[in-house]
Amino acid sequence: MKTRKQPILPFLYKMVAAMLGLVAMFIVSLVFGAAEIEVKDVWAALTSGGDIESRSIIQEIRLPREVAAMVVGSALAVAGAIMQGMTRNPLADPGLLGLTAGANAMLAVALAFLPSANYFVMMVFCFLGAAIGATVVFGIGAMKKGGFSPFRIVLAGAAVSALLTAIAEGIGIYFKLSKEVSMWTAGGLIGTNWNQLQIIVPFILAGLVLALLFSKQLTVLSLNEEVAIGLGQNTKTIKPLLFIVVILLAGAAVALVGNMAFIGLMVPHIVRAFVGTDYRAIIPMSIIFGAIFMLMADTLGRTINAPYETPIAAIVSIMGLPFFLLVLRKGERAFS
Amino acid sequence: MNRLFTNDLNVSYDADLIVKELSIEIPDQQVTTIIGPNGCGKSTLLKSLTRIISPASGSILLDGKHISKENTKKLAKKMAILPQSPESANGLTVGELVSFGRFPYQNHFGRLSKRDYEVIDWALEVTGTIDFKYRQVDSLSGGQRQRVWIAMALAQESEIIFLDEPTTYLDMAHQLEVLELLKQLNIDQKRTIVMVLHDLNQAARFADYIVALKDGQVVKSGTCEEVITPSVLKDVFQIDAEIGKDPRTNKPMCLTYNLLKGDSNDENANSSYAYAISASY
Repeated sequence: MKTRKQPILPFLYKMVAAMLGLVAMFIVSLVFGAAEIEVKDVWAALTSGGDIESRSIIQEIRLPREVAAMVVGSALAVAGAIMQGMTRNPLADPGLLGLTAGANAMLAVALAFLPSANYFVMMVFCFLGAAIGATVVFGIGAMKKGGFSPFRIVLAGAAVSALLTAIAEGIGIYFKLSKEVSMWTAGGLIGTNWNQLQIIVPFILAGLVLALLFSKQLTVLSLNEEVAIGLGQNTKTIKPLLFIVVILLAGAAVALVGNMAFIGLMVPHIVRAFVGTDYRAIIPMSIIFGAIFMLMADTLGRTINAPYETPIAAIVSIMGLPFFLLVLRKGERAFS
Repeated sequence: MNRLFTNDLNVSYDADLIVKELSIEIPDQQVTTIIGPNGCGKSTLLKSLTRIISPASGSILLDGKHISKENTKKLAKKMAILPQSPESANGLTVGELVSFGRFPYQNHFGRLSKRDYEVIDWALEVTGTIDFKYRQVDSLSGGQRQRVWIAMALAQESEIIFLDEPTTYLDMAHQLEVLELLKQLNIDQKRTIVMVLHDLNQAARFADYIVALKDGQVVKSGTCEEVITPSVLKDVFQIDAEIGKDPRTNKPMCLTYNLLKGDSNDENANSSYAYAISASY
């Protein structure tokens, strides 16, 4: 028989290996930074020992920051994976298709009109903005019967993103809020604190859990919508539900770090190389890989030019652009 | 009485009414073929029969129930669809793709049961694709790929299977292979097969029942002998056809044909020419 063997390494082992990688990366990210802190001091700080200075650096600065990096990485990676599955577009990414730009624009609106808004309200505005951005881009995509090619959708995404970013900047200039707006949207984890995390993390976790629960439905939907209906999937509820999950994840990520393109594009493609094309494997793996990826980018940003910070968005973009071109080149076969 | 039929079905696509006041009955455990010129509503009819498009008015009944009101998962156990040239399988292996045929039988988290695995292997076996089980669907040839999608539909264990032009993009040998597989499934397992075909002679050779459509309405339905006649073809395709008998199968066969004079300004006449040209087969 010409059969090729099933993959030898079961998915469970891959998950365990990825988890170990995440733990290792997490430790590395806590140890490295502008202030020199030894591994044993990190451990001491986490267990409430050690000297007060390293303890407060670890507990109040690095720890919340790395937790934020992880959840944002996971959120964007999973949002990207879901978008790629739903639209069968290998170039789908919340940053490229107008979701983060929409969230940014609404953030600017919130800063201008509700200056005293708390963190939760800001996040809700981010959700709204992400939904608006996505609706406009996919609305343009749906204008032609049969839909536009993936590349055209990305063009639409770029145009809509440019418009939304201009709106954000316009609001910033008009209301003399440029500094505040750009502080949010420049894309950074600087100054992340436990209060923000307490508000935002539950939403991201909820989004991730929903994504895991509906990962099988996503695989069925990714085959082709007609096939999904034929197999008895209720696409009229599954599609809006997945859309909401994407909005939750992308919106919450923007509320934490601002603009961040390419992670949602890159991580699912990297993950596919390890676990194949079933979203039941892609989603959990994207959660871990997204977290590892962001931790890595953040640690790099903090260390390559210490004590100055290199913006994480710049690091991610430098890594992301060649990847984008690679996916573009692979075109239709990018999923296999 | 047959299980599936429509009553005064109207289906529109965008603003256009594509299927008009259509009432047909699909005979159980037979092979039904829908034929007609481009744009006559064949695919639209198939899509509404399989609840992909909901009709504007009229009803589609399966086992006495409106399919629009039936639970979609329940329906998936009764009818399977193979859409026109399914896109790439996104890198799934043959075994993985066919396993999705068991989707309607699983609960939300459903893992495949022993019975599911048996059905999957059986479907791969019958369609002659078991040897490719661990290969990527996208790495197969067109004919093999089509058989894999049919295997997925078979794994659904539905009594009715719908196919929209299952032979498009296949060469002559592979076209025949797919159609013979379907006929075999119909004979051995009593599955009701409903398909849209472009090739009149293939329709005549493999169908027990033919529905000829034009402008969203039935011109004639019945056995091959009743439908594949010069007058019906004249009406449906605007062609002047010479009908003979296939010397091997004894089924009616379009030997040669011309466009009807005076009607050549009709767009349908031109397009049907291109497709009916496979009459040379």
